[in-house]
Amino acid sequence: MAYETQGFKLDNSGKRVVVDPVCRIEGHLRVEVNLDSSNVIRNAVSTGTMWRGLEVILKGRDPRDAWAFTERICGVCTGTHALTSVRAVEDALAIQIPENANSIRNIMQLTLQVHDHLVHFYHLHALDWVDVVSALSADPKKTSELAQSISNWPLSSPGYFRDLQNRLKKFVESGQLGPFMNGYWGNPAYKLPPEANLMAVAHYLEALDFQKEIVKIHTIFGGKNPHPNWLVGGVPCAINLDGTGAVGAVNMERLNLVKSIIDRSIEFTEQVYIPDLIAIAKFYKGWLYGGGLSSKSVMSYGDIPDKANDYSAGNLLLPRGAIINGDLGKVHDVDLKDPEQIQEFVTHSWYKYPDETKGLHPWDGVTEPNFVLGPNTKGTKTNIQELDESGKYSWIKSPRWRGNAMEVGPLARYIIGYAQKKPEFKEPVEALLKELDAPVQALFSTLGRTAARGLECQWAAHKMSYFFDKLMANLKAGDLSTANVDKWEPATWPKATKGAGFTEAPRGALGHWVKIQDGKIDNYQCVVPTTWNGSPRDPKGQIGAFEASLMDTPLAKADQPLEILRTLHSFDPCLACSTHVMAPDGQEMTKVRVR
Amino acid sequence: MTETFYEVMRRQGITRRSFIKFCSLTAASLGLGPSYVGRIANAMETKPRTPVIWLHGLECTCCSESFIRSAHPLAKDVVLSMLSLDYDDTLMAAAGHQAEAIIAEIKAKYKGNYILAVEGNPPLNEDGMFCIHGGRPFVEVLKETAADAKAVIAWGACASWGCVQAAKPNPTRATPIDKVISGKPIVKVPGCPPIAEVMTAVVTYMLTFDRIPELDRQGRPKMFYGQRIHDKCYRRPHFDAGQFVEAWDDEAARKGYCLYKMGCKGPTTYNACSTTRWNDGVSFPIQSGHGCIGCSEDGFWDKGSFYDRLTGINQFGIEANADKVGATAAGVVGAAVAAHAAVSALKRGRLEQSDGDNK
Repeated sequence: MAYETQGFKLDNSGKRVVVDPVCRIEGHLRVEVNLDSSNVIRNAVSTGTMWRGLEVILKGRDPRDAWAFTERICGVCTGTHALTSVRAVEDALAIQIPENANSIRNIMQLTLQVHDHLVHFYHLHALDWVDVVSALSADPKKTSELAQSISNWPLSSPGYFRDLQNRLKKFVESGQLGPFMNGYWGNPAYKLPPEANLMAVAHYLEALDFQKEIVKIHTIFGGKNPHPNWLVGGVPCAINLDGTGAVGAVNMERLNLVKSIIDRSIEFTEQVYIPDLIAIAKFYKGWLYGGGLSSKSVMSYGDIPDKANDYSAGNLLLPRGAIINGDLGKVHDVDLKDPEQIQEFVTHSWYKYPDETKGLHPWDGVTEPNFVLGPNTKGTKTNIQELDESGKYSWIKSPRWRGNAMEVGPLARYIIGYAQKKPEFKEPVEALLKELDAPVQALFSTLGRTAARGLECQWAAHKMSYFFDKLMANLKAGDLSTANVDKWEPATWPKATKGAGFTEAPRGALGHWVKIQDGKIDNYQCVVPTTWNGSPRDPKGQIGAFEASLMDTPLAKADQPLEILRTLHSFDPCLACSTHVMAPDGQEMTKVRVR
Repeated sequence: MTETFYEVMRRQGITRRSFIKFCSLTAASLGLGPSYVGRIANAMETKPRTPVIWLHGLECTCCSESFIRSAHPLAKDVVLSMLSLDYDDTLMAAAGHQAEAIIAEIKAKYKGNYILAVEGNPPLNEDGMFCIHGGRPFVEVLKETAADAKAVIAWGACASWGCVQAAKPNPTRATPIDKVISGKPIVKVPGCPPIAEVMTAVVTYMLTFDRIPELDRQGRPKMFYGQRIHDKCYRRPHFDAGQFVEAWDDEAARKGYCLYKMGCKGPTTYNACSTTRWNDGVSFPIQSGHGCIGCSEDGFWDKGSFYDRLTGINQFGIEANADKVGATAAGVVGAAVAAHAAVSALKRGRLEQSDGDNK
């Protein structure tokens, strides 16, 4: 069967290749593609293969507790769901938070961005570009020259790389390859010279050591990481700069630790991450597949409010808007509360709607499970060989913005910022393109997605510094307040109310919608980044961002899905976030969805 | 394949002196005396790296994220030198068939000699297809992989108790792993997530002493889960003195008083947070101003709001003092808290006074 959608020609007549599980992601994902006789992908099918049910579980609970439940949607992007949740509840209850709380929340959210992007690049994505085994044949002296030519990072001597190479050599010789077992080493799709591979392996290990430092900011303000603590109305950590008992609160020593981590994060990002990104990109700039929807339709809700309690686009440091039909000249406004804008479809998801030709806004959502496989499925219900994408094939729903499948994430944010001509986003993009001697079209690719994430990591590290200074200035002015408790007690709440909260998670636009009745959660819904990116087809046959990104990519070796992994990983998929909820006994669970 | 830790470490350029220092740190982090250093060193000199298969069910990956935060030992040293992490969906290079092949290979090659670490749990509704692994129900993969394992580690609250997806009404029938795996020793390391250094210490202990740690009746290592957070909390003197935070960001909060009245679950939670602390000892929830939410306890999601004050702790007569102070102060903070105080006075009774063994 063949048809055309969104500028892609889909044809599932060729050889079917199944990748399940897709590893180095959060959660459970399966992908199936059809290859033509030249091993080019002509059809792509992406399937979310897990479902947990947190929204059902939230019904009837205390809205002040919701952050802790929703935080457990994801331990990788830990905190962003919690922040989205407290914002949704504060929106519903019209709670204003103190300026200090806004600065601390922003620092925590930016800490997540920096940490998540760094870990993604080195530990989830690098092995798609870096051949570990090739590093064994590198010349340590040349590796040192390469490292010193791109950065001032001190760990760059020939001896350093020689020791590392010896350690790696002995590890490989032991015959116990651990996480590197059965990798695609030697695949011709790997383009780096041995020296770049060795340098990247060194930084893989250094980044593994350093990432645990970044999150200490969460530990200081939220008590632990993963899953720090949050608070409706502000932040739980009180500030005490002078008095007795300051050691039991955020004090000068704690603030100094935060400052030190911010400085080191900027340093690591600028001296290791960005130079590595540029060095790797130079060898892959001829491989510009994977653009998918990025040149057609992208969306961002925006985030990082400069002043507290103002969630309008002008006060958000991360850009907000939607671009459709590839028209960068027009950035549309996005409204989470407009029933005509965000809608979800289930034609190809394992759910049932009364009328599956129509989409439903989160406020009016229906979730009725319907685990049925299409007529051409190969295998059985509990042993699926090949899925049938003409039927239902995923636990992920299909959200659409005004009927359009959208890509979300760092690349979407940078494209929107670029289109809005915001210097903070436009200038680094132009500088990077110039450095790589690449045209602006190169942005719309797997590599562009990976590059945007790096630029955003650098941006976020500096913004941490901005909000730290802002926090200190406010403290200096005598404002120590961290929480507003005027509406803490449910007795002060209206009988019925509803609200929406949003953030830009590392992976993209994240929204929570809450309805509160008699002090309890009446309905809670989330539409998350990987639901947008990983969505299956909709009634019009439009494919989602993962599927689109795989189209027309050639595989060097049909039995090694290296290019598939490379492109999927460029989205940083998070499947625990994206999969929807069903009722316990298979019955309709009105207006409750996801995870 | 028959290499020992020591050989691997030496070949990786680690000196004998550093090796012994590492053994000392290991002993210290496990709370063992100096006499154990020699035994640890000896064990590491004579044993090959044990293969570990780390499976993921319904979860959020917070356990993996916590594990890589370990400061001593560093996660990279665990992975490169102490064990052989041959399968872990989150970190491994391979995917699809190449990944699946590893499980089969390890099962065959190291039958009875590998450790199965499980993050998350299997859902049993819908024939297990709420969590699909290679086209099949995760629960099948879990059972097959457990069958030839030497021992099983249940990481976190998900694998140990069920955690958030098993909170009422548990729509997927998410089930703790000890309910579907039989005939294997299972070490539960609960928490959402567990503390990084607790995770690596449990692994190190098992590899070093070639046995599972001493467990309480709920299957948790006594060395980390034998005492309540409250028992070792640095704010405990404020509890004993009747000095409580009454509202977020009040003067008492800024002075670091006890969070008992703000719903802190420290008095009923068995974990190492107040001693080991989090992220290389930087802080723990109470130190950062929020009460403990009890995330290492069975069913902690279904024990009322995280901000409801515990109503029945009874030890050394201290609660009487706390509740008396609570009732006196309630008028200041408002009617709702006063209501709590009244209710707690009525409900006061024995919830629990013993250690983890008798729980």
